[in-house]
Amino acid sequence: MRFTVRGGRVIDPGNGVDRVTDLHLADGRVAAIGPAPEGFEADRVLEAAGRVVCPGLVDLRAYLREPGQEHKGTIASESRAAVAGGITTLCCPPDTDPVVDTPAVAELIHQRSAAAGMARVEVLGAMTKRLEGRRLAEMAALGEAGCVGISNAVRPVESTEVMRHAMEYAATFGLTVFLHAEDPWMGRDRHAHEGAVASRLGIAGIPETAETIALSRDLLLVEQTGVLAHFCHLSTARGVALVAEAQARGLPVTADVAAHHLHLTEIDTADFNPNCHLTPPLRAQRDLEGLRRGVADGVVNAIASDHQPHDADAKLNPFSDTEPGASGLETLLPLTLRLVDDGVLDLRTALAALTCHPAGILGIRAGTLMPEAPADICIYDPDVWWTLEAERMVSRGHNSPFLGWELKGRVTHTLCGGRIVFERDDA
Amino acid sequence: MTPAGLQLDENGRLRHFLTIEGLSQALLTRILDTAESFVGVGERAVKKVPLLRGKTIVNLFFEASTRTRTTFELAAKRLSADLLTINVGSSATSKGESLLDTLRNLEAMNCDMFVVRHATSGATHFMARHVAPHVSVVNAGDGRHSHPTQAMLDMFTIRRFKGDFPRLRVAIVGDILHSRVARSQIHALTTLGVPEVRVVAPKTLLPAEVEGLGVHVHHDLAAGLRDVDVVIMLRLQHERMQSGLLPSEHEYFHCYGLTRERLRVASPDVIVMHPGPLNRGVEIDSEVADGTQSVILRQVTYGIAVRMAVMSMTLGSHASEGGGA
Repeated sequence: MRFTVRGGRVIDPGNGVDRVTDLHLADGRVAAIGPAPEGFEADRVLEAAGRVVCPGLVDLRAYLREPGQEHKGTIASESRAAVAGGITTLCCPPDTDPVVDTPAVAELIHQRSAAAGMARVEVLGAMTKRLEGRRLAEMAALGEAGCVGISNAVRPVESTEVMRHAMEYAATFGLTVFLHAEDPWMGRDRHAHEGAVASRLGIAGIPETAETIALSRDLLLVEQTGVLAHFCHLSTARGVALVAEAQARGLPVTADVAAHHLHLTEIDTADFNPNCHLTPPLRAQRDLEGLRRGVADGVVNAIASDHQPHDADAKLNPFSDTEPGASGLETLLPLTLRLVDDGVLDLRTALAALTCHPAGILGIRAGTLMPEAPADICIYDPDVWWTLEAERMVSRGHNSPFLGWELKGRVTHTLCGGRIVFERDDA
Repeated sequence: MTPAGLQLDENGRLRHFLTIEGLSQALLTRILDTAESFVGVGERAVKKVPLLRGKTIVNLFFEASTRTRTTFELAAKRLSADLLTINVGSSATSKGESLLDTLRNLEAMNCDMFVVRHATSGATHFMARHVAPHVSVVNAGDGRHSHPTQAMLDMFTIRRFKGDFPRLRVAIVGDILHSRVARSQIHALTTLGVPEVRVVAPKTLLPAEVEGLGVHVHHDLAAGLRDVDVVIMLRLQHERMQSGLLPSEHEYFHCYGLTRERLRVASPDVIVMHPGPLNRGVEIDSEVADGTQSVILRQVTYGIAVRMAVMSMTLGSHASEGGGA
């Protein structure tokens, strides 16, 4: 199939492209931006006047719930939700059941996602066997099986020595480690940010230092081992400052933030809303501002959905007894665009945090409209307002803290590998 | 919807009683006044009024309790309601029944009110959100969050002995961090106009940013007790030593235990309160607990009248608007 996407505002943040023009796709790859190549004849023309045409989004962290928790979601159901949100590549953490500590599980996920034929699914391999934080997983084998990095997901590696060796071993094979910075002793069995709101509600709080202490330890070990490290879902302003300082010292460190942490704070938990029960927790206003500044300054390189779909029962309990996490694939783009409207980011920085930057962190060829790059394309209408409603969500998880919010900017078409994988009916 | 918003109906009357936070001074005063009218009931030969005849109240206790449960039972009986007490303990969860299923099953038996105690903060708020429109929920203690009837009986006791709230200094001493009682007392005291509420505890037993609740923080007991009119002692759980928040009961008593000697810096007519159960020799010396300044047993007695007031006001709001429904 050959496509011409006609007359849209083509933005390719990694290559400095931002102009109203045509985009031509052929044989699953980008053919050209601007005039069609010699002899190019489109099979289908997508009219994109008034719309933005950008690389398909790359989401650094989305739980698909398969294998192991198919009642919450499947690779097919969640990758369909991803493309409805303009996401063409997503990366899933290794804490499936069984965990991704053998090539077989990684292969299963790759096969199922290929069969679903929606978004591309990348996989992080386990850092330790069964993610128990004790013995190293077979990282080399996981790397050969196509895992794009190594992670212990949100499970702690309590032993500093195990973490050191895991980093050394990952560095041996050039694998990036994806780290969740939370001190286990100060984070366990706690459910909200330690601050005024949790004190009022009587919820055991997770202090800021739970993040900054773990982050400090891991940054020092990164320096010692020389491993490429990425810090997932930073939640505190001081955490951002620590990463900035490490980057300034030349450490090979990147970081992301979950989209919800850029819009919500502890105040949003004040009514015990279980959809605001998240890991890491929603923190104080100064943290939200620090995170926003971090994205604007480029310290925080990427914005992720941190998609965690749940069945309804998982959230039908008192706040602390619910399972943490929010369904986020379908709100990643509009929540990021909202930062542009709020004057926090310019559009190019915002889209870079969703495309070329996360692709670079994963070390994959995506998030770009360079000729010959895979034809993964997101087309969205930047001016349309819509309301997030549970019953209209594509994801099996309706657990979004943003239900009822008016959001601006909506995906009309998503192409993955030159195929239309999503087309909005009413667009 | 905020916990405070959830518990009032469109006319500003109590629909549920979940937390003190957000309730008006007028409403708290009305609860105290209503309780005042019920005190006499318990002193009569026939200790019953027919206000809630035909209503069914379920005491639903997911956590052990003696004092709170029995005073709720007596309050319901003295209001002529039909009463069922269920000690769910932890058995229902081990059987795998969810809180919502437990609730739905009891609702199917056409109950009018649930009096609920649960170990998780926000549990009664969750239940109030999910009950049928004609059912009321009264919070008998949820996690560390709230224990509003205890706070109101404490306010009732203070008003009886000390009168005017805006002239008082009150100190709450002990494990504020884990205490739903303290949180509710603080909201009640500040709402009723007490100008100086102090909390006295080591830093390990104070919640983060506790000053935000409108209290003055003291770590030294003598300074915290100076010139106060009311001292509220909190129970110290044995678990606090295991979890590394305190070294020993011995040291706690040494620093924060209330003795007659230490009480001398308080106002001469100070009253001493405690929500019970007491740990004699840990947070309070027997000489003080049983002394002339102690009003601890009066708190228990008034607890019945205050719970009668809350139950009748909460169910009354349905009766007047719902008619025969």
